[in-house]
Amino acid sequence: MSPPPPDRAPAHGGTRPALLTGWGRTAPTAARVARPRTAEQVAEALSRAGARGALARGLGRSYGDAAQAAGGLVLDCTALTGPIRLDTARGEATAPAGTTLGGLVAHLLRHGYFVPVAPGTGQVTLGGAVAADVHGKNHHADSSIGAHVRALTLVTPDGSARALGPEGDGSELFWATVGGMGLTGVVTEVTLAVFPVETAYMRVDTDRTAGLDATLELMSRPASDRRYSVCWVDLLAAGGAMGRGVFTRADHARIGDLPSTLRREPLRHRPGTVLAAPPWAPPGLLNRWTVGAFNAAYLRAAPRRRRGEAQPLAGFFHPLDAVRGWNRMYGPRGLVQYQFVVPFGAEGTLAAVMERLSRAGAPSFLAVLKRMGEPTPGPLSFPRPGWTLAVDLPADLPGLGRLLDALDERLLEAGGRLYLAKDSRARAETVHAMYPELPAWRRVRDRADPGGVLVSDLARRLRLV
Amino acid sequence: MRDSVGRVRTVLLLGGRSEIGLAIVERLVRDGAREVVLAARGGAEPPPGALTELGASVYSVEFDAGDPDAHTGTVAEAVGLVGDLDVVVDAFGVLGDQAAYEADPASAARAAAVNYTGHVSAGLAVAARLREQGHGALVVLSSVAGVRVRRFNYVYGSAKAGLDGFAQGLADSLHGSGARVLVVRPGYVPTRMSAHVDPAPFPATPGQVAEAVASGLRSGATTVWAPRVLRPLFAGMRLMPRALWRRLRR
Repeated sequence: MSPPPPDRAPAHGGTRPALLTGWGRTAPTAARVARPRTAEQVAEALSRAGARGALARGLGRSYGDAAQAAGGLVLDCTALTGPIRLDTARGEATAPAGTTLGGLVAHLLRHGYFVPVAPGTGQVTLGGAVAADVHGKNHHADSSIGAHVRALTLVTPDGSARALGPEGDGSELFWATVGGMGLTGVVTEVTLAVFPVETAYMRVDTDRTAGLDATLELMSRPASDRRYSVCWVDLLAAGGAMGRGVFTRADHARIGDLPSTLRREPLRHRPGTVLAAPPWAPPGLLNRWTVGAFNAAYLRAAPRRRRGEAQPLAGFFHPLDAVRGWNRMYGPRGLVQYQFVVPFGAEGTLAAVMERLSRAGAPSFLAVLKRMGEPTPGPLSFPRPGWTLAVDLPADLPGLGRLLDALDERLLEAGGRLYLAKDSRARAETVHAMYPELPAWRRVRDRADPGGVLVSDLARRLRLV
Repeated sequence: MRDSVGRVRTVLLLGGRSEIGLAIVERLVRDGAREVVLAARGGAEPPPGALTELGASVYSVEFDAGDPDAHTGTVAEAVGLVGDLDVVVDAFGVLGDQAAYEADPASAARAAAVNYTGHVSAGLAVAARLREQGHGALVVLSSVAGVRVRRFNYVYGSAKAGLDGFAQGLADSLHGSGARVLVVRPGYVPTRMSAHVDPAPFPATPGQVAEAVASGLRSGATTVWAPRVLRPLFAGMRLMPRALWRRLRR
């Protein structure tokens, strides 16, 4: 069953019924979908929410049930678009919340600017990026996107459009919205700090590691020499090779870093898809053997050690966008992404969790391991200083529920937490223990939404509201 | 709400004393369900210890299969107790004795009402709720007895045939609503209800039926048989010449 994309909803006024899932394509639920084009239409739609509540949805890139509201009204916010205003004097850009991050990047690069945080896909809306407080490869240096939001407009269920900022009046609601998973209101406009770049290229260093210890050792060296860093780790390699990976570090390339052929158009940006996944894949296509072979080939293809390679921005920041609809490769039963962070000092837990996933033969494509730095004040914002690991797993892997429950326990003991934008299966008690600021967040949220209009399947499952 | 690994939070059992129904509920609780409503006439018996020991909260509500006017109220009461209904197991029924039915036609009609029309009102009441909440699964306990009705239990079998057809139609009507129906066709299951009939070939335990239901819920199946061999077996049985079929003892 392939839920239809919500992009055919009437532009305003009317609604259409749709089955919605997250990017993992698990657990579809039905909702009425409206497609507002302006903040006024958002307010109007919220006023018509029924007893089952309402929720904003962007491009549906959260993996689980964060952007669906069973039986309720879902506001497809991808039509909240319009001109992007770049203020170079203040170093900030203001855009409607339905603008995609990829679209914003393309616009900014034409003027020699770049976004402060670029997550693994450009196919997210600004509103969704704020609601999940997304992070990128520069988290250890620059924190998550919430740290760079100068202002946002939030439409609350009472119909008012509130201008919020990170400090002063309204800052409580601002921070409850950053990472608040859409449960405080509908973000309609975002002002983001941006910074100048000389080129649309990255200067990338690559290192291949032989095993988990080598990977952690290399990543633990001061990362300060590079603004961006990430490691793709192979959990399926046998024995001592488990945890081998490809570690990349990068800075924005300056004009002088580019080979002469690229210097003529240093800001030329070529985003876009290279391949599209077939519309249907058989269940079980991705198993530990096919994925293990892919991982091994990927690692062999990477250089053992390379310095200063110029890579286009799009490929460096959004490798996943090269294959459109790659989530369909997991077959009709979908995929679960498991992403967590554990504090520095909990490397033992990190290694134990990776070994457990490896032993279970979980066919995960190269897992993504990275260091995180300073958090934002958002009570539900995910990032914390430490190690974060993200792993894709087929949802129909036998025993997956119990395996991940057991891993949750380990994380909890180590002071770790799960990423709500990725979660699709955790227990409410577990998440409550991982997010001790939840009651404080709830008080702010309840003031903004006293009628309890805003709700999602995630919020119901985890009893967030 | 069902999560990505197939776990649910709430279960309503219509027929709160059904051994098969309770086995299914216990299985769902083992897999992670946390709130259970048992609906039975006179309320269910004290909640089976196993469920509470496994960490579930168990509630009981009044439910009379023969009182269709009350069925919508029963569903609403369950929703009031636990919120959204993730899985509803429709497991009530009576087996009875064919010879006794033939001797007392009125009792046969009452049994048929429990086994068929009671499910019509209960099923529609549940479907309305699942449609409204935009998700959920209704598990309907049909029977191989309704796949091809036999002379030795045709009062029971004909009601199950009606129920099976109703459940399939309901499943199609719910397509696209986020809600779904799983039709379960067990063979002979030795329980209190069937203690008075002779065992039939290919029996299944309540636990095996529960296992089949759990796997059907996970995979998104529309029909499960327990044991599985009954599916091909009954494909053949349907083709058996009538003269031979009427001689079958079971």
